Amino acid sequence: MVEYAIRTEGLTRHFGPVIAVDHLSLEVPAGIVFGFLGQNGAGKTTTIHLLLGLLEPTSGQANVLGYDVRTQSDKIRARSGALLEYSGLYERMSAEDNLDLYGRIYHMSAADRRARIKELLVHLELWDRRKDQVGTWSRGMKQKLAVARALFHRPSLIFLDEPTAGFDPVAAAALRDDLAGLVTREGATVFLNTHNLAEAEKLCGQVGVIRKGKLLALGSPDELRFKKGGAQAEVVGRGFTDDILALLRERPEVASVEIQNGHLILGLRGESEVGPLVSLIVRHGGEVEEVRKGAASLEDVFLTLMEEEH
Amino acid sequence: MSDILTILWKEWKDTLFQGGWRAWVRPVLLIGILGIFEPLVGSKNNAWMNLSPIEMLVFLWFAFFVIISVVADSFAGERERHTLETLLASRMPDRSILLGKVVSVLCYGWGVMVVSLFLGAGVFNLAHAQDRFIFYPTDMLFFTLLLGLLVGTLGASAGVLLSLRISTVRQAQQVLTIGTLVLGGAVFALLQLLPASFFEMFTLDQILWMAAGVVVVLDILLLAYSILRFQRAKLILS
Repeated sequence: MVEYAIRTEGLTRHFGPVIAVDHLSLEVPAGIVFGFLGQNGAGKTTTIHLLLGLLEPTSGQANVLGYDVRTQSDKIRARSGALLEYSGLYERMSAEDNLDLYGRIYHMSAADRRARIKELLVHLELWDRRKDQVGTWSRGMKQKLAVARALFHRPSLIFLDEPTAGFDPVAAAALRDDLAGLVTREGATVFLNTHNLAEAEKLCGQVGVIRKGKLLALGSPDELRFKKGGAQAEVVGRGFTDDILALLRERPEVASVEIQNGHLILGLRGESEVGPLVSLIVRHGGEVEEVRKGAASLEDVFLTLMEEEH
Repeated sequence: MSDILTILWKEWKDTLFQGGWRAWVRPVLLIGILGIFEPLVGSKNNAWMNLSPIEMLVFLWFAFFVIISVVADSFAGERERHTLETLLASRMPDRSILLGKVVSVLCYGWGVMVVSLFLGAGVFNLAHAQDRFIFYPTDMLFFTLLLGLLVGTLGASAGVLLSLRISTVRQAQQVLTIGTLVLGGAVFALLQLLPASFFEMFTLDQILWMAAGVVVVLDILLLAYSILRFQRAKLILS
């Protein structure tokens, strides 16, 4: 097992004048779920294509599972599983045959394929429908099957590109739970592309934030919260006038100020104290009933990063 | 080889014989025409069993037609159904994907031709019962099977190449149909242009060997070009 599942240095990909991935340098330790966060068109899918050796980099280097993406991409694909933008399932084939096909592709024995099909379909509660044509299934069931297919040959590294995109919150949460359970059990490294921050917060040990092909931040969610988002304070009370809000915005320790459901939400830089801010509010006529201090969410961090780039 | 067999298995399950009884309508209909109807009603004085160049051309055209009617789906169909990207992201080698697709449609078209050929012989003997079992002349049967395979490979390679480059199945089918008509017309015009004395210089066997040689060269060129054109990066971006 290599120390780093993925290592890139200055990885760049141009499509004509467009720079899809711009000098991307990152290290993804083996055995973790790595969340690659970014808006649509940020370069996440192109990065997966580059890491799988499906696209040639314009410049820079990338090493995946110890293999070079330019010269050893066949070895990378042999040890990886992928659920890309589309589920990629053969809808006229049964669920069983879809998994069997990928078992054959990865040269698994017939006995191993049979056992693995049962293991995964039972785990995902799809076993009773294994003979159905996949085209007759719901979107959620198809996506579960596609996850099973990506894991089928027990790869060391799994690429998942927006696995819950377009799902309702309940279905997304269910798939996330399945995904978390399977990933923990299989012990593989997961490279998860997502713009769903709750998903990243729940699943990922480390995250990278990308915008217009550039990596803006890299670290564990906690590290990013501390470095970029700092703490957050929710002030319950009354009389939060525009003057008070303007005064708060001028304070160096305050990163953001907003009113949510009548409560004042202050984004703080680093480990700032809330006391002086409460004094300021009270001095200018505001009433404070309660103050709750907590860490910023990954969403706050993400939004802060996006704003900084603007 | 096992990778080519895997693609063959997939094509069999996904494209050629999937969808219940409907999937069998086309091959059964085609086999019915050439393997039952023609030997029953279209054969007088054992002509059918002689496998003359005309009958041979019917069988070859038949194999070619079956192949070009299904081959457009090979890559364009996968692209339309969004399954190509996942297949390309797997460990399956480029050549195995390409050759697996060629071999699968070739087996289908050539298989339909072979079944029709042997069924036709059986049906002919049953319908026109004579004191002995009549079978095709060995040399003509050999050339029909060989040329069927070669012409089928030509259709499969050309179809796969087009399917690689054209984004929809419908477009690929249209181009293949027009291309086949143009090619057929060109071959016919060429044969018309050749003086009769040219054919008198050779025996039928020699002419068939020459035809096989020309088609083998075309097969090799088309397959080599298809292998050259099969690039994951281009397919991903298409």
